[in-house]
Amino acid sequence: MEYICTVNKLTEEEKMKKLLILGGGTAGTIMSNKMRKELPANEWSVTIVEKEINHYYQPGFLFIPFEYYKKKDIVKPSLKFFPKGVEFINSEIDKIDAAKNSITLINGTEINYDILIIATGTRISPEETPGLKGDLWQKSIFDFYTIEGAESLAEFFKTWKGGNLVINVVDNPIKCPVAPLEFAFLADYYFTGKGMRDKVNITYVTPLSGAFTKPKASKMLGSLLGGKNINLVSDFFLGEVDNVNSKILDFGGKEIPFDCLITVPLHTGDQVISKSGLGDEFGFVKADKNTLQSILHKNIFVIGDAGNFPSSKAGSVAHFQADVLTKNIISFIENKPLNESFDGHSNCYIETGFGKGILIDFNYATEPLPGLYPLPVVGPFKLLKESRLNHLGKLLFKWIYWNILLRARKLPVTSYMSMTGKKQN
Amino acid sequence: MAQKTYAGITVDVNEEGYFTNPSQWTKEIALEIAKEENLVLTGQHFAIMEFLRNKFLGGEALSIRSINHSGVIDVKTFYQLFPGAPLKKATKIAGIPKPVSCI
Repeated sequence: MEYICTVNKLTEEEKMKKLLILGGGTAGTIMSNKMRKELPANEWSVTIVEKEINHYYQPGFLFIPFEYYKKKDIVKPSLKFFPKGVEFINSEIDKIDAAKNSITLINGTEINYDILIIATGTRISPEETPGLKGDLWQKSIFDFYTIEGAESLAEFFKTWKGGNLVINVVDNPIKCPVAPLEFAFLADYYFTGKGMRDKVNITYVTPLSGAFTKPKASKMLGSLLGGKNINLVSDFFLGEVDNVNSKILDFGGKEIPFDCLITVPLHTGDQVISKSGLGDEFGFVKADKNTLQSILHKNIFVIGDAGNFPSSKAGSVAHFQADVLTKNIISFIENKPLNESFDGHSNCYIETGFGKGILIDFNYATEPLPGLYPLPVVGPFKLLKESRLNHLGKLLFKWIYWNILLRARKLPVTSYMSMTGKKQN
Repeated sequence: MAQKTYAGITVDVNEEGYFTNPSQWTKEIALEIAKEENLVLTGQHFAIMEFLRNKFLGGEALSIRSINHSGVIDVKTFYQLFPGAPLKKATKIAGIPKPVSCI
């Protein structure tokens, strides 16, 4: 009898189809919650592989250098956010073998899949720029895209006497494209509060032609920088960092001296992507920007920062993509065409200091416009305009992130960008 | 839509002079646009422009850092070939739209 049961069980297991999710950050966690709800538990297993056991609220990194948050305020165990019925494997991934529909973990264990979702994100690569990770790294050169960088910088700022504070974006794409600007605004606020703003000369250095990419937002944010006495240097592409003379040099011959350099280094995809031959030259997975399906393999899908989509690398994007991706995966399972199309929808709060913020909402085709969000007339959030409520929205967002967004619960906003409430001129 | 005539051929351009129809581009046209930018084109210029055109026509985003992966030249040489704002100049002369950052 027992023997027969075992045979039946094995047969059942063999019949089970496998959805495998690589990466348990924002995108992977949302997808684990969505797909577990959608897929019948007696037909599909859902497994998620993630090397970190801690989940960081990444928008919180920005606030750590200014002593608004500490590490403990922005971290929770990853396990807390995966739903029941999802197997969590805490391991690094060695390789994806798409031809065999399998992956290999770092310890050599092979895992097969029927459908693979890649949500391995992006990481900073300061080592790609000569001199950036040199003698001054974490002495007077800091990043704030890692918890280590943000915490070191908080310590540095506590006793800093002032000088040239240079904020440099090396090149796009980067995570949360507005974060470096927010850093500049918050630095102005922070040093004003410390009574030493006159001793800190803030310069924002970007490879773009203006403060931001899209014309209306660039103009608005550029004038905000000017109003806060923050210098803007555009069209600067970092070639190397001179650690001896504390200068950044661009390929065109421009030099900017610094006493403290805040760098947003080049970003790359997870190394497993390049190693597995699935990525572009920066290790971002080649995927369709609308269906989110891999260009190379039909049963591989991509979400969030890991993809080479021309959309923002931001949590809101992963959130909006998740609705589209869930529907497309269900269509794929049912052998139907992938009719859902991601429109590039992104939105983000931009902290501007002094208790105020801006909200922007845009997609592949429409640049950030002024107006109200999410509803016309009542808003309550103002688009492309400073307000206290936008700042409060940003602070409230942390609670929403942990309790609603990651768990894939409903939010009163649409996945597709809406023109409702927006003003064209 | 604006039009311009280079090497006897009329092409469609936007208000900044960037091509809106990359298929209208020829090497002879490139030589003339380069003159407007005070540049004399060499084989290296054409090789990197071919890389940029192929990438654009393949639907990929263009960036300065991608030049290091071109297998043609590195970023430093790119700046020497198209001084100032190399990606903007190179795309204009290569008959493709001005790159928009992927935000």
